[in-house]
Amino acid sequence: MTEQSISITMTGSGGSGVMTAGNMLLDAAGRSGLFGIMTRSAGPQIRGGEAAAMLRLSNKPILSHKDQFDILLGIDWKNADLFASEIVLDNNSITIGETGIPQAFTESAGRHYELSVAEIAKQIPDGRANMVALGVAAKLISIPLSAIKEVLTKSLLKQKGEGAVRSSLEAVEAGMAAASAIPSIPAPTADPEAAANNWSITGNEACGMGAIRGGIRFVAAYPITPATEVLEWLATNLPKLGGKLVQAEDELASINQAIGASFGGVPSLTATSGPGIALMTESLGLSVASETPIVVIDVMRGGPSTGIPAKSEQSDLNIAVFGLHGDAPHVVTAPLTIADCLMTTQWSVYLAEKLQTPTIVLSDQALGQTRAVIPGVPDAGYEPERAIAVNPDKTYQRYADTENGVSPMSLPGTESGQYTADGLEHTQSGRPSSKAEDHHRQMNKRLRKIKGFDFGDNWAEASGDDDAEIAVLTWGSSFGAISQAVEELRQSGQKLRLIGVRLISPAQPERMKKLLNNVKKVLVIEQNHSGQFYHYLKAYYDLDAEIKSIAIPGPLPILPSQVRQYLRDWSQI
Amino acid sequence: MNLSMKTENTCPSLVAKDYRSDTKPVWCPGCGDFGVLLSLTKSLAELQLNPKNVAVISGIGCSSRIPAYLNTFGFHGVHGRALTIGTGLKVARPDLTVIVAGGDGDGFSIGGNHFLHACRRNVDMTYIVMDNELYGMTKGQASPTSAPDWEYGKLTPGGTHMKPFHPLVVGLASGANFIARVSGTNPNGAVPIISEAIRHPGFSLVHVLSPCITFNREQLEWKKMVRDAVVPTTNDAGKAARYLMSDDGFNLGILFKGDRLPYDLKSEKTVDGPADLEAQFSV
Repeated sequence: MTEQSISITMTGSGGSGVMTAGNMLLDAAGRSGLFGIMTRSAGPQIRGGEAAAMLRLSNKPILSHKDQFDILLGIDWKNADLFASEIVLDNNSITIGETGIPQAFTESAGRHYELSVAEIAKQIPDGRANMVALGVAAKLISIPLSAIKEVLTKSLLKQKGEGAVRSSLEAVEAGMAAASAIPSIPAPTADPEAAANNWSITGNEACGMGAIRGGIRFVAAYPITPATEVLEWLATNLPKLGGKLVQAEDELASINQAIGASFGGVPSLTATSGPGIALMTESLGLSVASETPIVVIDVMRGGPSTGIPAKSEQSDLNIAVFGLHGDAPHVVTAPLTIADCLMTTQWSVYLAEKLQTPTIVLSDQALGQTRAVIPGVPDAGYEPERAIAVNPDKTYQRYADTENGVSPMSLPGTESGQYTADGLEHTQSGRPSSKAEDHHRQMNKRLRKIKGFDFGDNWAEASGDDDAEIAVLTWGSSFGAISQAVEELRQSGQKLRLIGVRLISPAQPERMKKLLNNVKKVLVIEQNHSGQFYHYLKAYYDLDAEIKSIAIPGPLPILPSQVRQYLRDWSQI
Repeated sequence: MNLSMKTENTCPSLVAKDYRSDTKPVWCPGCGDFGVLLSLTKSLAELQLNPKNVAVISGIGCSSRIPAYLNTFGFHGVHGRALTIGTGLKVARPDLTVIVAGGDGDGFSIGGNHFLHACRRNVDMTYIVMDNELYGMTKGQASPTSAPDWEYGKLTPGGTHMKPFHPLVVGLASGANFIARVSGTNPNGAVPIISEAIRHPGFSLVHVLSPCITFNREQLEWKKMVRDAVVPTTNDAGKAARYLMSDDGFNLGILFKGDRLPYDLKSEKTVDGPADLEAQFSV
């Protein structure tokens, strides 16, 4: 089955309900058996303001947008030109809307259809323009009315009553009728059977679910864009499993609450973004030194400082890997896709617990705040396996210098298990010490437990041609657009290998060497300004190939066309 | 992990010294914190608490060294965050007795925000602040409670010229459920008050006048200046506020005992496992 997809953006000003229409369209597409993603873009207003719902729907699971949108549908055009850099149209694209299409779009799109959803809505009692637009979109993409009806009933019946469902449905039907004047557009064929197993989920929800699957039962929360939804999802779902979420007064409190709860034996987590991770850095060191496991999810946004809160960037690699003072071995992971947010977070909980160290999960806004319809993701099976001291006696030493470096932890309430966890350097029993031998022994132990651990195959995802001489290396959400580009080039005959690294730190040079066997050229692509991953690879990996960095800062997502261009330029084909 | 450790919570046979570890304190001779260590071990013995069910949490500073000197569980964290570690621990493990201890710099300067919110949140734990009106571990700088004209603070020659922080008034205004003042120079007098603080539900604040005669010799006089408060304990925050606002800082006793219910997160298990949460994602 070849991949067929269609991309549509709906725009509208404050209060036009464009996001509601976008969500309903994705939901209905999912019910009809399609896969898809929806990203959202909005102006700086807290509530309302111009917004764009950008969808791509396909007969196969997809990881990124295409280079351009097939359809731009304006509920109205007020300030729509603000999105011109994000909504790329070409000669095959169409625009639909009232008169006054912004020039940026009239120049790029091939065809224009004048159709005022607001005017149509006025003719329907309680009719809303966004529901008319939903009908137009559904008609163009061939989403059946029955799927739209189900979605309307689910979203409106309880809160707004039967009348709202009826008037919305009438508006949708009017939109569908109006759109029949527009020549049909090739749309993906849905497989209704698929719908039964499909999920509609955001990366932030997926991180939350992964955390719960991994065994997290305490969460400390301080709101920050774009990580808030991880915490909000956990706030309603964690208590159902007997877990607890506390809203903390700041990020300094949230990370230390997590450390306190974990000291008590409960797997613990907090989630934040760049400014929060900066504040938490001191206590990440405390987690390392006291060997108290915690998981910190950093949903990255544009930085430094307040930066660009609602837009994606992969620029926190350096702080996550190197931000801690002292020599502080810890683990840094990064999910590659929205579905992978589940596994990577679940695995990260396991790693933190197993290694009694902080694990930082580097998600990003593009994963976190994108909603996707994907095949349901099974539980990866990782459960907390913290080494616990059983029946400790007077000889018990919390920081015993064990062979693999992991020392059994005595939990409060354990008879004869009392000890004091300490951020001060300490002896094996935990007594503060500034002696060289104690410092060296504990540093070696903390490093050994991470260096000696077998991280297995999860460390990276490799695909493509085994005999390729060119490899693309990436991490995080860039993986989506890059996979798409690599797949397209491979279909046109180019041999390529793609490696998405999930375990950022500790580095796995031996494993990388095996994957890069025969590779002569490596292109490292990431979404930041300074090539953080590239420099990390240069420092910690022994890459026997020509290596080139493509670092493209946010806020705009990396497009498959950019990747194809870089690969063509560089490989001279 | 089995966290249902509802084993025997009391230990009638233990005496104060059974709650001490064999680690020797780093404190200077004459430090008020010795008195606090003694009072706390006597209180734990008086309450017959099993050391394995007690956790003493601290931040950084001279007084924050106290967990290592006890035979309970302990956590010596980073500067200013003791209350937050205590909060996480108590919420996750309500079966434990959680005591947070530290100094005035740790609690009211770098940790000031957490102090306000710990009072508001009213988690069932006890906060013992050993106040010597200076930073001792860094060898004598002014703290939030230093007198404005204290001339010897090494970063504020000539005085701070700032109004001293009033922990009890701020604690009361922020919602602390139990407010008391004791003196490190009178360990036996502090014992029943610390015991009552630990027993009282919610967030209990015990302010200790704990002299540092190494960096402020004038605090030798504190021993003579402290006295029992002449007012009875009240549960009326208004009355307590009026009293505390006019208090000279040397009245000892339980000054406020509120009846707010402690912080309680309802989290009754309603599903069997994570798989039961998956239905919400179905398209």
